Amino acid sequence: MGKYFHSVELDAEACCGCTNCLKRCPTEAIRVHGGKARILVERCIDCGECIRICPHHAKSAYSTKMEEIETFKYSVAIPAPALFGQFNGLDNIDFVLTGLKQIGFDDVFEVSRAAELVSEATRRLIKEGKLKKPIISSACPSVVKLIKIRFPELCDNVLPLLAPIEVAAKIARREAMERTGLSSKDIGIFFITPCPAKVTEIHAPNYAEKSEVDGAIGISKIYPRLAHAMDHLEEVEPIAQSGLLGIGWATSGGEAAAMLGDKYLAADGIENVIRVLEELEDEHIRDVDFIELNACAGGCVGGVLNVENPYVAQARIHNLRRYLPVSLNHIEDGSLEDMMWTEKLTFDADIFRLDADIIKSMEMMNRMEEIRKGLPGLDCGSCGAPTCRAMAEDIVRGKARQIECIHRLKAKIQTVYDELGNTI
Amino acid sequence: MSNAIHLHYDVSGEDFTRAGEASGQVKKTLKKLGYDPDAIRRVAIAMYEAEINMVIHANGGYCDVDIYSDRVEVLLADHGPGIPDVEKAMQEGFSTAPDNVRTLGFGAGMGLPNIKKYTDDMRIETTLGVGTNLYLTVMVNS
Repeated sequence: MGKYFHSVELDAEACCGCTNCLKRCPTEAIRVHGGKARILVERCIDCGECIRICPHHAKSAYSTKMEEIETFKYSVAIPAPALFGQFNGLDNIDFVLTGLKQIGFDDVFEVSRAAELVSEATRRLIKEGKLKKPIISSACPSVVKLIKIRFPELCDNVLPLLAPIEVAAKIARREAMERTGLSSKDIGIFFITPCPAKVTEIHAPNYAEKSEVDGAIGISKIYPRLAHAMDHLEEVEPIAQSGLLGIGWATSGGEAAAMLGDKYLAADGIENVIRVLEELEDEHIRDVDFIELNACAGGCVGGVLNVENPYVAQARIHNLRRYLPVSLNHIEDGSLEDMMWTEKLTFDADIFRLDADIIKSMEMMNRMEEIRKGLPGLDCGSCGAPTCRAMAEDIVRGKARQIECIHRLKAKIQTVYDELGNTI
Repeated sequence: MSNAIHLHYDVSGEDFTRAGEASGQVKKTLKKLGYDPDAIRRVAIAMYEAEINMVIHANGGYCDVDIYSDRVEVLLADHGPGIPDVEKAMQEGFSTAPDNVRTLGFGAGMGLPNIKKYTDDMRIETTLGVGTNLYLTVMVNS
């Protein structure tokens, strides 16, 4: 895979070149050129906002096809806890887990189990004083990518632990190898995902060479088959081994609550996340040890690949957690090291700065300011850039021309027209 | 001088909820320039504290920011009451902020001490009844 992989796909025929996604993108990663929305891949954080907002359904998230599980001798589904919030009247997650086996997977391992391990590891690292406070959760790949490209001073605050999906994949693979005697390459691990960011994450991880996950199948993709299978189960296997802490990770605040302390903050929705990161960077947030950030409103239940309203799913998750033991998964000796990142999170300075040479950068900034003064300041998006300021930047970078501003063009035509009128 | 970037902001004393906007804009500009991250952080924090001070104590004013490749210079000027005892104002914990802003978490008496801590140079010119000019310099450590 190349340096930049993205799971957001454009249906060029359905895209009419309107400005909805352009205006919504939190990293200004979209431009409309030639009447079609294009993504500046290096800036995209896969938050899914453009998919959510597009009224023409021109944007969708790529995810692995179900047929791909057949390419492995043995396949294991690792469902996100958000999946459990998608079914009406569900009171036992074994229905879902058995259903996954019915539709073709050889085995199932809940990601919520790994979430409990990550929570325990985090608590242990905090206790040992090994983490820089406040600690920022690393579970949401969109948030990690955002920090990596926009918040240099916060890179060291990101929790250096693998996300539960990776931990789950490692354990599921090891267990499957022990059980079947097959080699690693014959075992396919498939994440059942609520969001496109996780699809991207397994193709181009933020903090590791290679992901342990072989594919990520969107919840909405398997939902009809799964719901049908669940309606026709002959028996329900006792598979579930998650406590309430693990299941709680599906919603905003779940991971923070699993810290079992009260000095935490949980923010969800990408705009809120950005606001918290800005304030953290300026050291305005004090007396908080742990910060959970989810790009989607409501947490993972808000991901664009879910089928249910996030708040309905959230209510169901709360119900499901009731009467569950607190946590059913605990770290064995030595396994904490396996969960640590192998690489440090490093700031990618090139994404937003104008130039690597500060003098050149300052010249560009001054030119940009001059150009911006000549633009109407309406931020209408008609030129294909989200704001006049972004347009000025594109011009300075040589990626757009002033005449692409329709208001400038109109003024120019008006001048020509007036001159003609005077001579005729 | 031709390479310097000059920014000017008026800071309203009327609307407390807008305090911090100027320092936020400066941070954005510095990031776009690819400025040294540590210097950005120090400018953002020091300027924020000074901006808040200007709103709480002096009914607003203006900021002039000059960005050079090796340093950022900021002037925060107001027509407020002036600081009667600068030495005392520089002490940690000393504050004359009214109760209504203390409830928001301001007025801990850390404003000026923090500004001093985060900047490489800080100069106060103040005249009672006329106003205060605060000059800040943050150098890029390389």
